[in-house]
Amino acid sequence: MPKLTIDGKEIEVEAGTNLIEAARQLGIEVPHYCYHPGLSIAGQCRLCMVDIEKAPRPTIACNTQAADGMVVRTDTERVQESRRSMMEFHLINHPLDCPVCDQAGECWLQIYYMKHGLYDPRMTDEKVHKPKAVPLGPHVMLDAERCILCSRCVRFCDEVTGTGELGIFNRGDHSEIGLFPGRDLVNNYAGNVVDICPVGALTDRDFRFQVRVWYLDTAKSICTGCARGCNIEVHVNRRRPHHADGRRVARLKPRYNAEVNAWWLCDVGRYHFGFVDGPTRLTSPVRRGPGESMEVGWDEAVAAVDEALRRHPAEQVAVLASPQMANEDLMALRRLLEARGVRQVAFDLPPAVPAEGDDFLLRADRAPNRRGAELIGLGGDAAAILAAARSGRLRCLWVFHHDLLAAGEAAEALQRVETVIFTGTSASATSDRAHWVLPAAAWVEREGTLTNFEGRVQRFRAAIAPLGAALPEWDLLGRVLAAGGGTPAGSRAELWFRELARTVPAFAGLTYQGIGDAGQMVAGATSTGAPTPPGRRERAGA
Amino acid sequence: MAETVLMRNFQRASSHTLAVYRDAGGYGAWEKARAMEPAAITEAVKQSNLRGLGGAGFPTGMKWSFIPKGHTGPVYLVVNADEGEPGTFKDRYLLERDPHALIEGMLIAARAIRSALGFVYIRGEYVQPWRKFAAAVKEAYDAGLLGQGFDVIVHRGAGAYICGEETGLLSSLEGKKGWPKIKPPFPAIKGAFGQPTIVNNVETLCCVPPIIDRGAAWFSGLGTKTQGGTRMYSVSGRVKRPGVYEASVSITLRQLIERAGGVTGTGRLKAVVPGGGSAAILTADEIDVTMDVDGLRNAGTMIGSAGVMVMDESVSIPEALLVLARFYAHESCGQCTPCRESTGWIYKMVHRIVDGHGRKDDLDTILDVARRGAGTTICAFYDGAVGPYISYIEKFRPEFEALIRK
Repeated sequence: MPKLTIDGKEIEVEAGTNLIEAARQLGIEVPHYCYHPGLSIAGQCRLCMVDIEKAPRPTIACNTQAADGMVVRTDTERVQESRRSMMEFHLINHPLDCPVCDQAGECWLQIYYMKHGLYDPRMTDEKVHKPKAVPLGPHVMLDAERCILCSRCVRFCDEVTGTGELGIFNRGDHSEIGLFPGRDLVNNYAGNVVDICPVGALTDRDFRFQVRVWYLDTAKSICTGCARGCNIEVHVNRRRPHHADGRRVARLKPRYNAEVNAWWLCDVGRYHFGFVDGPTRLTSPVRRGPGESMEVGWDEAVAAVDEALRRHPAEQVAVLASPQMANEDLMALRRLLEARGVRQVAFDLPPAVPAEGDDFLLRADRAPNRRGAELIGLGGDAAAILAAARSGRLRCLWVFHHDLLAAGEAAEALQRVETVIFTGTSASATSDRAHWVLPAAAWVEREGTLTNFEGRVQRFRAAIAPLGAALPEWDLLGRVLAAGGGTPAGSRAELWFRELARTVPAFAGLTYQGIGDAGQMVAGATSTGAPTPPGRRERAGA
Repeated sequence: MAETVLMRNFQRASSHTLAVYRDAGGYGAWEKARAMEPAAITEAVKQSNLRGLGGAGFPTGMKWSFIPKGHTGPVYLVVNADEGEPGTFKDRYLLERDPHALIEGMLIAARAIRSALGFVYIRGEYVQPWRKFAAAVKEAYDAGLLGQGFDVIVHRGAGAYICGEETGLLSSLEGKKGWPKIKPPFPAIKGAFGQPTIVNNVETLCCVPPIIDRGAAWFSGLGTKTQGGTRMYSVSGRVKRPGVYEASVSITLRQLIERAGGVTGTGRLKAVVPGGGSAAILTADEIDVTMDVDGLRNAGTMIGSAGVMVMDESVSIPEALLVLARFYAHESCGQCTPCRESTGWIYKMVHRIVDGHGRKDDLDTILDVARRGAGTTICAFYDGAVGPYISYIEKFRPEFEALIRK
């Protein structure tokens, strides 16, 4: 392992570590644009120059591997002047779009100019003009003038998705990013080029002009779009509700996890949060009788549900849980069912629209917690439950999240059940027919854990408060349990997790603290790490 | 007067044909080389002090010795026939009038570096040279000279100066945009298609058969202490007889201009560009320099590709700079930031100055920008642009200032 010195500090690093990474390990930032740890080395921006003893000129750090005995300085006057020069070069043709550019506030031209530039501009000639506001597929907007030609997006499409839609055309300062003829940016990972674009050349069409980034708060979370559970950050606008038409969740961004998703997030997951602030959210418990539908308080709804569960013999009560529910929710449900003696429970319904996975991150299983539901023991015969409903043998059916009617169930199945209870985040044909609606908080509005397809338990955290009166499922289930004389694990999700760890052997020994930001595997499960990007896989015969 | 070595066959009728080449003693060196060990060939070229004639002046034998020993995969020999440096027109004559000299040089070089496949990258604009060279290659195949352990692929470029930069050429050859590659790794280690590759200029390889035929010591003795042989100087501009002149590398610039018939126009010499567009300009009282790699390097310029452009007193230096500034802005590949952005900007500034709209800070801005970018780029293209930017303004500043004051 080479040992080298950077700015007077000694460090030992793995062989093959470049100087940007070695410096990062010491907490020293080497400014750069074109370098990205998930992509090949381009060496184009020339911003990452450092002084290496015995080298006659500053050298780029990204393409220099740490060598034993190397002495590096990032703080010499030569390096500072070099950074200032490179900032000037980058800004020569850059349009002064900051007032209208979404990147403002998280733009690396702004950030590095303030840190390493701070010169008086002297370019007073006409700048080169290029196409602006060019849509690239449904998710990305290109402004070719703002582009600093770092080529990260081109390399991403070549090396990660392997789809090669983007290229750099023309020469010199007329170079521009564009689509190859006849292509569009429609792979399932287009949103990532917005993340990696250091400037406002590639911006998100969904986020365009919504809210300034300095008004955003963030929370670490997990994507609930499929069973992989890519790590994300949820960015929310709490401070300027009059921007973005009151939309609270502004966007999702990937969070690095070497074992799950590396740096990336698929578009299905990235854009699946629209429902959170959508018009069909269920925000209040509802009681529904013949010809009347009334919003009620939680006390009334909880009492009524408790009564419905206890009124009928247990064999006439069934529950359709959901692999969308968090581990804590499923644990609370299990305790409630045990207390009521209800044995008919299942979570596995075929989806209304069968889905496919892709060749990288997206799984065919679009539910985030099937593994959790299996381990917590809520598996059962959903078909039998639906058959019982259809044949009138069920008096009470509690449906979590599923829209049975969208899944092909006839309305009669629900009609023959005396008490239908629905818990979910959004209205559906099923919730419209329920006698009692107990609204669930969306995942970004609460905390909990999910178990991914490999058995990795990962934490998600609340970014915003629940909408209206919606509650996390563990909370509303705990209240129903308490109404019937039972004892809920507590008033925090973590207490339900502890209950889970005590009860289900697979979760034994796991704690919120141990799970941290990277997650932990359930007993007996092993992680295979983030999958190799399609663009890097060996092709047969190659 | 030195011998004619490189241009020895040029005046013969049908000099481009195999029969005439053979008749003049051609392929005799190849016969000798076939009986030599590869290492001995490289050693002879080292001893000859042959230095690259395409622009960089790197010792050729040393470059050949960088091929990793024991490499089991292919080794490629790539001939740079992109000849794009402004003011240079010597390789085209070698391709047109003595193509077999290049083929023979390639055969010998390929044996030295253990290459079985050579590529000749000819700039797209050279149609006649390509035709003549491709015909010679066919003759060589028909005669069993090629295809017996060494094959040659002739590849045409499509019009970019940067494809004359050795790794830009390799990228283009590989079917990609002609973007130079970041170094390290260097082509001898990882070049065309990821394999060890030697890239040599046309003229450089044409020196190899004479070296093997007549000996390294003879070749070395023709030149200076640090550079052997003769070379072909492309002389253009305000001289009586523009053309290609072969001379010992020890010739002085003054002697070369005299050989070309002396200065025309006003008859009074103002400046000379000694080594192709990228070379720093020399004033009229700086022409007593030897036109070899080290001689011109010590004079603060370079021999480069030996494109000698003579300017008399009637030439406007700012206008000359404008022509070159436009060239560099147009030809910049755009890959790395300093070159991409500043070649365009400097062109705009020089344009304004020549048009009479120059501002008083423009000259210092051009100099400062050029200096800040020099040495920071992926390839030497920008350093080649900086040569003229800085030297023209520094050595002829009053002429620029006169345009700004107007």
